[in-house]
Amino acid sequence: MSYEFLQTLWFILIAVLWIGFYFLEGFDFGVGMLLTFLGKKDNERRAIINTVGPTWDGNEVWLLTAGGATFAAFPQWYATMFSGFYLALFLLLVALIIRGIAFEYRSKDASPKWRNTFDWMIAIGSFLAALLLGVAFANLAEGVPINDKMMYTGNLFTLLNPYGLMGGLATVSVLLLHGANFLALKLDGELRERVRDWSKKIYWVAVILLVVLMIGTFFFTDMVSRLGYNPGIIPVASVICLLLSGFFINRKMEGWAFVMTSLNIVFTQITFFTIMFPRVMISSLNPAWSLTIYNASSSQYTLTVMSIIALIFVPIVLAYQAWTYYMFAKRISTKKDSLVY
Amino acid sequence: MDPITLSRWQFGLTTVYHFLFVPLTLGMGWFVAFMQTRYYQTKDETFLKMAKFWGKLFLINFAIGVVTGIVQEFQFGMNWSEYSRFVGDIFGAPLAIEALLAFFMESTFLGIWIFGEGRVPEKVHLASIWLVAIGSNLSALWILLANGWMQHPVGYVLNEVTGRAQMVDFFALITNPKGWIFFWHTIAAGLATASFLILGVSAYHLVRKTKYTDLFKRSFQIAAIVGLVSSTLVFLGGHTQGQYIYETQPMKMASIEALWDTEQPASFSILTIGDLSGKKEVWSLRLPAFTSFLACNNFNCEVRGVNDIQAEYEQKYGPGDYIPLMVFTYWSFRFMMTVGFIMILLSAFFLWALRSDITKAKWMKWVPWVIVLPYIGNTGGWILTEMGRQPWIVQGLLKVQDAVSPNLTTVDLLISLIGYVVVYGALAVADFYLMRKYALAGPDAALRESVDVAPASVGAQD
Ligand code: HDD
Ligand code: HEM
Ligand code: HEM
Repeated sequence: MSYEFLQTLWFILIAVLWIGFYFLEGFDFGVGMLLTFLGKKDNERRAIINTVGPTWDGNEVWLLTAGGATFAAFPQWYATMFSGFYLALFLLLVALIIRGIAFEYRSKDASPKWRNTFDWMIAIGSFLAALLLGVAFANLAEGVPINDKMMYTGNLFTLLNPYGLMGGLATVSVLLLHGANFLALKLDGELRERVRDWSKKIYWVAVILLVVLMIGTFFFTDMVSRLGYNPGIIPVASVICLLLSGFFINRKMEGWAFVMTSLNIVFTQITFFTIMFPRVMISSLNPAWSLTIYNASSSQYTLTVMSIIALIFVPIVLAYQAWTYYMFAKRISTKKDSLVY
Repeated sequence: MDPITLSRWQFGLTTVYHFLFVPLTLGMGWFVAFMQTRYYQTKDETFLKMAKFWGKLFLINFAIGVVTGIVQEFQFGMNWSEYSRFVGDIFGAPLAIEALLAFFMESTFLGIWIFGEGRVPEKVHLASIWLVAIGSNLSALWILLANGWMQHPVGYVLNEVTGRAQMVDFFALITNPKGWIFFWHTIAAGLATASFLILGVSAYHLVRKTKYTDLFKRSFQIAAIVGLVSSTLVFLGGHTQGQYIYETQPMKMASIEALWDTEQPASFSILTIGDLSGKKEVWSLRLPAFTSFLACNNFNCEVRGVNDIQAEYEQKYGPGDYIPLMVFTYWSFRFMMTVGFIMILLSAFFLWALRSDITKAKWMKWVPWVIVLPYIGNTGGWILTEMGRQPWIVQGLLKVQDAVSPNLTTVDLLISLIGYVVVYGALAVADFYLMRKYALAGPDAALRESVDVAPASVGAQD
């Protein structure tokens, strides 16, 4: 396999990991953000958590694997991005820490205060994580100050520019909708009714914020020069899918509504990675200083070894993760037998 | 405070903290899997309750291992970007493989284990705890191979053009003896950690003669056996470590022993007082020839001293200070080794004591304190490993001072360091509170339905 082929392959693999992450952990984030608003009573909250309880940690590992794969396949990308976005990533880590610990600890003490505190940690952690990831991805597409030594020269506030915030808010709202659709699919009884109302409200916000992001993308990124004024089918499909999810929400077809937000996430991510390719970090100072899959990658030998390992193990992982969802496919109500664990 | 010092403190603190929780995960997983298997085979309820009780402590501990682990995965890029550029080609691989092979496995099957009871077939539920135990130990293997490479780099060449280390032999990387010796010693230490926790908690209940005397007696017995075997393996593994360090990191060896001048045979320091810089000897009491034994299994080989090696390194790598901070290496080794011997003796003693009724023994009320021993050993071991490698981040290839992210400012690092201290501090409080609560409450609290589902009115009010 040629070096260039391997570099492209790993770009695609990492894109797949991020897509998987946003799709899976996306609804976990949405569920988390809704937790304290949707669940009024303790057993309602337990029911909501149980919809993602068995799987959220496995979903989060998509992020870890994306990080690890970036380190192994594109060390320069890993080094520049992680050190460059230092404080943003620090906040992301704090958000993931408080969220993860709260999932495990909230039910281990019966005091209402204890539980409420941890529930809010889930909500805030999920929100902050979604927001920061959105901001980070928008900045990647827009370009950030990187000098000729592959070093990021901005700071935290460089990232908090208008387009970055558009990315953050659109991510939050779309993942909220995605989470609400997921909950409508998993919950039963009164909670299911309640979450439908939420979906309807969030829906319009998500549509507006996504369209704003799309318009912003025309102006703030070099999408036009790369994809042309007609950006092709995928970005358009992403908006259409989101619109369709509203159609299905109104008809109470929550399965399809969920499929549509899922496709929306997949298509949006594909759009993002097509704008990037073959660059992995765009320098806003000088295009020649951008990091690309060619100047940021590992050696051919490493990429070959890693490809073989990925080829063997990615299908296995996918199989048992899919099987877990199948195992826990049953709807969850606030009745006792679906709450215990 | 410069960014390098702060980055080092941050890495050291977060990593030591992560490793406070890891060993128990590594060891306890096997215990719970074993107990649940016994239940599956015998349908003896005591084993079920045992698996649940120890499983609950396992879960509380596991949660912190997970969330602090995410920080670890990101830290190399965030704080050590020049390191990541330099070694990514070879060091990134085991990290990525760890996530793909181990993290997915343990997190997915842990979810099945926690939520699956009564929802998935009993066999699947049993298999899932075994897969969790295997997965977490597999994750240890890969991370230790990664760390082993930093201690003893193999399977790479230095690329003259890019100035970076480049993988040429994956097989050498995964068969690095350093990593496998680490693995042996660490896995055994994990089992020993779990054993001593079980011994301590069981003793607490046995002394109070709570209604689960039988359960805790059996737990005590299993833990005493595993404790004895694993502490012995820890010692043998540690001894092997010593011999390997002697060959590959002589400076670490000399600094562990506070051995200034080359000796043959080399004596073992029982107590050495250094000056305040930690780099000069003032007074010492020594046991003849014992260091030679530690280093090469005979009482007569030559062990090189710090001064000698420093001179050699200056020739080889240019002027500089190649001596680790000896106070740390010297004392952390002594703490680890002391608790190691105590643990072997104690578990042998417990096993012997089991011949009579231990619930009546006077010394039993002191046994809960043995829980601290493995924690001293684990922490001491890593501080020795990492501090003994200084000033290198990759032995002989890259120094810590050249590894740090150049764009970070003191302010960035103060924010993150203080942030981690606050968040980790709060985690420690919550963890300690829950561990204590469930450990003292006994098996009833760990059973299904009793604590996890509160009545509808508890929690947020309408
Ligand atoms: C329960 C904990 C525990 C106990 C009782 C011991 N160790 Fe240990 N030791 C560790 C837990 C540990 C550890 C934390 O797991 C380390 C860090 C890296 C590793 O592989 O294991 C370690 C590292 C470590 C190293 C450093 C390896 C290196 O830097 O390359 C040596 C030489 C020893 N050990 C030797 C011993 C000896 C001779 C012991 C006497 C009984 C001993 N250890 C007991
Ligand atoms: C989990 C147990 C571990 C503990 C307790 C531990 C402890 C430490 C400590 C105390 C330091 C600070 C050294 C100093 O400031 O001089 C350090 C540094 C470091 N360790 Fe470890 N370590 C552990 C595992 C690892 C592993 C598995 C790796 C690699 C995969 C690693 C890589 C590093 C790096 C990159 C540094 C930073 C540079 C340095 O200061 O040496 N450590 N570690
Ligand atoms: C400094 C290097 C290290 C890194 C980058 C690292 C990374 C991680 C990560 C990302 C997790 C969370 C996994 C999850 O979400 O499920 C984790 C947890 C864990 N790590 Fe570490 N770790 C390091 C050091 C170590 C060492 C030295 C060991 C063992 C010897 C170890 C063994 C474990 C275990 C057993 C867990 C239990 C929880 C779990 O995996 O989910 N780690 N680590």
